[in-house]
Amino acid sequence: ADIISTVEFNYSGDLLATGDKGGRVVIFQREQETKSRPLSRGEYNVYSTFQSHEPEFDYLKSLEIEEKINKIRWLPQQNAAHFLLSTNDKTIKLWKISERDKRAEGYNLKDEDGRLREPFRVTELRVPTLKPMDLMVEASPRRTFANAHTYHINSISVNSDYATYLSADDLRINLWHLEVTNRSFNIVDIKPANMEELTEVITAAEFHPLQCNTFVYSSSKGTIRLCDMRSSALCDKHSKFFEEPEDPSSRSFFSEIISSISDVKFSHNGRYMMTRDYLSVKVWDLNMENRPVETYQVHEYLRSKLCSLYENDCIFDKFECCWNGSDSTIMTGSYNNFFRTFERNTHRDTTLEASRESSKPRAILKPRKVCTTGKRKKDEITVDSLDFNKKILHTAWHPLENIIAVAATNNLYLFQEKIN
Amino acid sequence: MFVRGLKRKCFDGEEDIEGTLAGIKAIPSYNLQRQSLLDMSLVKLQLCHMLVEPNLCRSVLIANTVRQIQEEMTQDGTWQMINTQSTGQASLDRLVSTDILCRSSRDQAEGKHVPGYGNFSKDFESDQAQDSSETMSTASSVQAPRNLQSNVWEMENPQENKGNFQKSLDQIFETLENKSPNSVEDLFSEVDNSYYDLDTMLTGMMSNTKMGHCDSLETFSSPTNTASNSNCKSDLNDLDHIVEILVES
Repeated sequence: ADIISTVEFNYSGDLLATGDKGGRVVIFQREQETKSRPLSRGEYNVYSTFQSHEPEFDYLKSLEIEEKINKIRWLPQQNAAHFLLSTNDKTIKLWKISERDKRAEGYNLKDEDGRLREPFRVTELRVPTLKPMDLMVEASPRRTFANAHTYHINSISVNSDYATYLSADDLRINLWHLEVTNRSFNIVDIKPANMEELTEVITAAEFHPLQCNTFVYSSSKGTIRLCDMRSSALCDKHSKFFEEPEDPSSRSFFSEIISSISDVKFSHNGRYMMTRDYLSVKVWDLNMENRPVETYQVHEYLRSKLCSLYENDCIFDKFECCWNGSDSTIMTGSYNNFFRTFERNTHRDTTLEASRESSKPRAILKPRKVCTTGKRKKDEITVDSLDFNKKILHTAWHPLENIIAVAATNNLYLFQEKIN
Repeated sequence: MFVRGLKRKCFDGEEDIEGTLAGIKAIPSYNLQRQSLLDMSLVKLQLCHMLVEPNLCRSVLIANTVRQIQEEMTQDGTWQMINTQSTGQASLDRLVSTDILCRSSRDQAEGKHVPGYGNFSKDFESDQAQDSSETMSTASSVQAPRNLQSNVWEMENPQENKGNFQKSLDQIFETLENKSPNSVEDLFSEVDNSYYDLDTMLTGMMSNTKMGHCDSLETFSSPTNTASNSNCKSDLNDLDHIVEILVES
């Protein structure tokens, strides 16, 4: 199994897609509740597996293009088939996943195995009939959106009009129509005329869930810009600019690096957005630009270790974050296979671990605690014994129920809220 | 690394060097930390994946950190200190700076945490092979003959190469001078990917070959340089040998 690089539930939550470093997409489907197996409700099993992207070679620059899937986004379901967008560093593809459970039999001109029948053998005409067959799930690429990005794509986001989507790389954001592959519109361009003057890059972008003209993009300097596509064709001028003033007492050489935003997500109701930087998660009210309304410390105990984390490059890890369906709880990952949830109303936070040892099937997860003071209590873990190779970068929350998907390197964990 | 007001002594023997080092150990750790952070950052900028494009966000963040440190060091005046010492005319000055450099790296090996340029140049050395092949892969036809040529030239002229070592050190100091913002940005301009613009790309490669830091990397060919480095680390009583190097350069 390869390292998982993205996790995403579809709009109904019945399907869960994962992309990995080898360019594969694996889709899981939730089992339907049946009388014979009441406990299997909620279990996800493999539904479809396909190779989305292959490694490529850019001959002009003598560089490889990784096949790693950076993001997957589902389209809302409009017919029996499912559609999703998957992207690597350079190319976005639209995939159709459809089921086939019937097969036509009784063709006139060919045998059951497909070979053409000899004309003299055709003595009568018959109408082919549909016979049931074992369920087959097919994935086929329907569109390929290529050659529009010079830099590495970090985000894709489907618009609420369900007809367009945006793709963002380090310096530019493009707007596509799902039906058109040979043309895309550039809506944000922050590339300086002289690359030597480059000091800021785009790190994430997302469309507003309800307003089809609004999108946001975050930067490596910890700022978020909200843009309105109605104001101009090129949205270099933002409509709103979100930035929290820096705390001068905690300034260090690493201040800028840890302020770099790794993920931005709108709340489902469209009133808030959440940003993840290296040490914290912030919730912003879209009507207030000068500071976030809520800030949650994910792993503040790492602040004194920033130099080591800079040395081993962990400070550049890009953690994602997600909302639950009702926007009451947010979740993000950390190190040592820990992930954290924060309840916004009660200000209760939980640290859980995604590992084989601590999660037996159907067993309740035990909350974990990192020891920040000198005295270590039983079951606590000291900061120095954290495994920084075990990082939870990708998590997803079911849109309607309390089911979460957590990607721990090359393992996928699914947890469900226990209802008594 | 060199603290303000540190009086440089005439080289008399090992004891004085020890004394100088004791002075260095008394430096407030902030300067040391800042220096090692600068060294680490510059090394990180050099380490590029050979086959896959480097992460632009990471490169930008590291470059910004380097700029920040350089700005602070300029304000401190620490920057000018290093500048004047490295471009000093007196050969004795140069001797001391080379000396401390080597001592620092030896102390490092002995477990004393005294980071310095020795560390930095060592890293440069080990990464040069990687970096030169990276630059080779991005502009193979332009750079490859040049690399091969300089390698061949160095193997045939070991004497001259010792001089090159000193020259390379100067070039490293140069890259960390006030000129260095350019070199940092030059490093950065390598990342510019004008996808369809062949002319821009080749022009970029051509200007890179003129960069000071690139030259220092190329003359820093691994096999011959480890020989020079070990000369440097050898017994300090080998004064004649060291003076020979300086005379040749």
